[in-house]
Amino acid sequence: MASTLISNPVTNSDRARDSAKKKKKKKSQAIRDETQNPNTNHDSTQWKSEVQQQVYSSKLLQALRGVRLSSSPSAPRRGRSVREAADRVLAVTAKGRTRWSRAILTNRLKLKFMKNKRQRVTVTGSTRSKKPRLSILRLKSKNLPAVQRKVRVLGRLVPGCRKEPLPVILEEATDYIAALEMQVRAMTALTELLSGSSFGAGSSASPASQLGSSGPPTS
Amino acid sequence: MSSRRSRSRQPGTSRITDDQINQLVSQLQQLLPEIRNRHSDKVSAAKVLQETCNYIRSLHKEVDDLSERLSELLATTDTSSAEAAIIRSLLMQ
Repeated sequence: MASTLISNPVTNSDRARDSAKKKKKKKSQAIRDETQNPNTNHDSTQWKSEVQQQVYSSKLLQALRGVRLSSSPSAPRRGRSVREAADRVLAVTAKGRTRWSRAILTNRLKLKFMKNKRQRVTVTGSTRSKKPRLSILRLKSKNLPAVQRKVRVLGRLVPGCRKEPLPVILEEATDYIAALEMQVRAMTALTELLSGSSFGAGSSASPASQLGSSGPPTS
Repeated sequence: MSSRRSRSRQPGTSRITDDQINQLVSQLQQLLPEIRNRHSDKVSAAKVLQETCNYIRSLHKEVDDLSERLSELLATTDTSSAEAAIIRSLLMQ
């Protein structure tokens, strides 16, 4: 026990020194990033950077390999599982700093545990939505029914933002759109790569290599 | 204006100014491709929000289509050739 007491201050000071070093490194890199991209925010992750896209692509590849092995070969389920894997990897790449990424990750866990209890969840949900909210205040632009309605719709589109107030939804939507754009870019590049590889595979590849982009091999 | 006083006493509302909301909306406006290309400053908040919803829906659809294509490609192409192509492209970058 005495040894652990002695070692604690040592590790704390080490950690403090390491964190100070990391902060200095982060600061210099942040300054470099800012001088290159003056439009990026401090808080949001850099969704436009190439590094981020490569990180996402490599993680997506690993996840997709796992998806291929486990999913059944029926068409609608396969696309759905690829989409879910892509969203999950996107949430992981966000490093949990945003609500939508955390919501995506926790929703997976919830669905896994609550597959049989889904009916109970829907019953309680219907009784809660009876409160009228729009009739109370109609003073500033934030409380105009049109804007309010649209923000609610937006909150439903962005995962995890259904009950959040207006500024939170707007902020989450900003980050979510940037992340989705990166997701589209990465998946497009991956698709082109894979379809290009089946093009240039030649005779050494498996007999399933295709010449066109659609349709099964006729042989 | 009595509106400000009554609003501050509400327990559920947070103290957000209109300026903050406008700033967030304009930030969102910068991300939307359509509104950005029109060079107009006087876009209403409702329009920006509507465009945002449409844009997110279209991005979702694009991701769905891409995952469909990816799932087809993954099922039909050979594992080794796909991985070799990917590794080659990563090395060339």
